[in-house]
Amino acid sequence: MGKTFFDKLWDAHVIRELGDGWVLLHIDRHLLHDLSGPPALADVAARGLSLHDCELVFSTPDHAVSSQPGRVSTTFPLGGRLHTELKSRSAEMGVRFFDLGQSGQGIVHVMGPELGIVLPGLTVICGDSHTCTNGGLGALAFGVGSSESAHALATQTLRQQKPNQLRIRCEGVLRVGVTAKDLALHIIGKLGSAAGVGSIIEFAGSAIEAMEIEGRLTLCNLSVELGARCGMVAPDQRTFDYLRGRQFAPQGDGFDAAVAHWRTLPSDADAVFDREEVIDASYVRPTITWGTSPEHSIAVDGRVPDPCDMLDMVQRDNLAAALVYMGLTAGQPIAGTPVDWVFIGSCANSRLSDLRAAADVARGKRVAAGVTAWVVPGSENIKRAAEAEGLHEVFKSAGFSWREPGCSMCVAANGEQVPPQQRSVSTSNRNFVGRQGPGARTHLASPALAAAAAIAGCITDLEEVRA
Amino acid sequence: MSMEAFTVVTGAAAYLSRANVDTDIIIRIERLTAGTSREQLGRYALEALRYREDGRDDPDFILNQPAFRGAPILLAGDNFGCGSSREGAVWALRGIGVRCVIAPSFGDIFFNNCFQNGTLPIRLPVADIQSLAQACADGAALSVDLLKGLLTTASGIVISFSTDPLRRENLLHGLDDIGLTLKDDTLIRAWQTSDRRQRPWVWLAGAIL
Repeated sequence: MGKTFFDKLWDAHVIRELGDGWVLLHIDRHLLHDLSGPPALADVAARGLSLHDCELVFSTPDHAVSSQPGRVSTTFPLGGRLHTELKSRSAEMGVRFFDLGQSGQGIVHVMGPELGIVLPGLTVICGDSHTCTNGGLGALAFGVGSSESAHALATQTLRQQKPNQLRIRCEGVLRVGVTAKDLALHIIGKLGSAAGVGSIIEFAGSAIEAMEIEGRLTLCNLSVELGARCGMVAPDQRTFDYLRGRQFAPQGDGFDAAVAHWRTLPSDADAVFDREEVIDASYVRPTITWGTSPEHSIAVDGRVPDPCDMLDMVQRDNLAAALVYMGLTAGQPIAGTPVDWVFIGSCANSRLSDLRAAADVARGKRVAAGVTAWVVPGSENIKRAAEAEGLHEVFKSAGFSWREPGCSMCVAANGEQVPPQQRSVSTSNRNFVGRQGPGARTHLASPALAAAAAIAGCITDLEEVRA
Repeated sequence: MSMEAFTVVTGAAAYLSRANVDTDIIIRIERLTAGTSREQLGRYALEALRYREDGRDDPDFILNQPAFRGAPILLAGDNFGCGSSREGAVWALRGIGVRCVIAPSFGDIFFNNCFQNGTLPIRLPVADIQSLAQACADGAALSVDLLKGLLTTASGIVISFSTDPLRRENLLHGLDDIGLTLKDDTLIRAWQTSDRRQRPWVWLAGAIL
């Protein structure tokens, strides 16, 4: 029987079986950020250990740094403390650190791929649940807590049990204006936020094959919102073309040798998965969340559900509670709902293609009165590239705030919050109660839909704004 | 470094029935940036549920009721601890005395993080959780015996549970994973030496010290 892509990566990294279904798995790349990095590094230091393989570890501040234009490490004072700790421990322990203002700084799951730190077939971990993003480049990537992070720093391994495998085949052609973000939200709405619990997800099918790398990163980013540990797309020519020439990718003959190996990784034709789902990608519309879970997604021209339509009492109560929190009425159209904030950023959607898509909507238009709209590029390199194309001028002319790279309002760890009861359209990946600030009401969407909402002053279909 | 061992824990079992209690609800992100030590996070655990607008305890919330203050056991709903990987969620719950969480399902990363901190997560069917909740509704004690794999109420309900054998061993003895793994260091280094030949592109140039 053939092996799946995940089987091949897993088997290649087992150092030894530990019994009872556990293995010792080698970790090839370890990313650290300012929140989970310091405790993990401190733990290792407190034990009197050094890092097992410091050249395989990379660190950068992203969660607790201000995104204010011209920011420095202390612009958000609490973040300044974390920045100092990450920077100094990285220096002491031999970890490459990408500082604010430097090429390479950014949201960990944006800078990792862009620098070629993440490669097909590698195991990649970070103390962050959206580490699954990196599966878009064909890596086996997942999030851990700071204790497991410390374990990996000290031993370059993790003790793991092999998860189940779910393949989601996305077939058909995405309609014009429909992006990986819409597809991801559609899938979570259809399969539910617990569909992937205990599993990894391989995304496959014609729509995935046709998808650019940045789209694959977005799609895999949202795997954890399906409850999965990893989301992965097998490497192909698009992957190799993306990686060629990147700073930490192999070069020259070394690159060709790597590609030859990477071509052997995709799932065998006769490989068997624990579960398979098929999604009609051509059916997907521009999609937005209405409620307090990524699974509360609807087409932007659709209606908010009615709890009375739920047969299950528990589901009915959950839906009703979500409606109350979000200040919405059962059955109302979501389009036309006024918004206060728009946030374009996060590890889901802050890459150059995302900024271009938002700029295409914003060009020549103005942000509606009463709306605060931010664009936070995912990394210093992306910021520079966007500015070289003049995207920052497009945004600023339209009344968006063009800001500095970091996680910013996605996780609101740097004091940048949506005020209570205010409504945001956000290109991030979580709309949980209080995620963007106590009482904040978050609608998840694609960059184009977010930009459209900023201009219209309300949630709106793309067609309305193009007119 | 060792963790507190878990053999038998007995005490009140508080029922928090809602599904999808994510780690943002368990501990707000700003509590993890303020320099608060792990041991002091307890006051912020589940804060949106525990406190009213004016900052006083909400008397209706179960963990604020006299019978359940400091309850070592939490009975929970589906997908408990979903969302962010923040280990602070486990630390905060430890801070209010929780040593065992029983739920039909858990967020994967939270589930793993529990074991790293001497906290026992148990997967149990909803019907069993509801029986336990009913039996313990007035604060009657529940006993969690990891050695025997048994949950026992004061009223005599006995429900068996299973825990992964390796995790069970580590919890029973308060064993720390790092120490265990480092015993395999020779094997790890040998694997790496072999991998350098097979996948040279993985192995980056040396440290910057």
